[in-house]
Amino acid sequence: MADLNVGDQAPELSVTPGKYQPHIYAGASGDFNPIHIDPEFAKAVGLPGNILHGLYSMGLVARANAAIADGDPRALKRLSVQFRGMGMPEQEIVVSGTVKSVDGDRVVIDTVAQQGDTAIIKNAEAEVAL
Amino acid sequence: MPIKTDAIGKEWPGTTYQVGREKIKEYANALGIDNPVHFDVEAARAAGFRDVVAPPMFAVVYSGPALGPVLFDPDVEMNFAAMVHGGQVFEWDEPVCSGDEITTSSKCLSIEEKDGKGFYVFETVSVNQDGAEVVRGTWTNIVRGV
Repeated sequence: MADLNVGDQAPELSVTPGKYQPHIYAGASGDFNPIHIDPEFAKAVGLPGNILHGLYSMGLVARANAAIADGDPRALKRLSVQFRGMGMPEQEIVVSGTVKSVDGDRVVIDTVAQQGDTAIIKNAEAEVAL
Repeated sequence: MPIKTDAIGKEWPGTTYQVGREKIKEYANALGIDNPVHFDVEAARAAGFRDVVAPPMFAVVYSGPALGPVLFDPDVEMNFAAMVHGGQVFEWDEPVCSGDEITTSSKCLSIEEKDGKGFYVFETVSVNQDGAEVVRGTWTNIVRGV
């Protein structure tokens, strides 16, 4: 992926998190907020069910952007996101990006993570060193 | 009632996190990341790392805990029940590898009221055992109905 130009599409990443993905992520990250792991608690506070961690979805955005540099963990220099619609388990997440600028070996990619028509992460901007 | 802004500019001392191979593996698996540099020390060394290297967003594991005492600080006085994570920025520098000891300090950058919502912005700066910066995080929390 060395040759990227403004307007190019970054490779799409599709992931369907399983029913227990929020629990797995809670263990990995240490964030055990009950809105992520307890459907009854989540419903009691007005959510449709237990929701994905925003930082899990951001992790997928990071993974999608690192893939542009063959997954090199040094490549991602900066990632800025806004959390919007709630992410739900057992629904496909599609991460897609468009090259916004190219400056030498640095590319900036506008990225969005969608579940159906809902943007769960929007205005994500990733700076990647190639 | 106006939003409490006493904490603007306040800084909190660092908390330290010891990075280990198994935690990196667990995090990478949770995100479906399969690059061997996160699992296999030989692969990591062949790629130029000291040891198994953390994926960039592993930053939440070592820097997130530093915000615990910040969010519970009485000067901040945040209503957790109405809080959502609104935005996040990470800027990475030195890679983080197993065996590293990462110290993260925190600062309150701003507290503002807009359209009946409170916007709380905190910064974390994480450095490794050699004093090299590994990541800088900007965390925006939004509290509804302030």
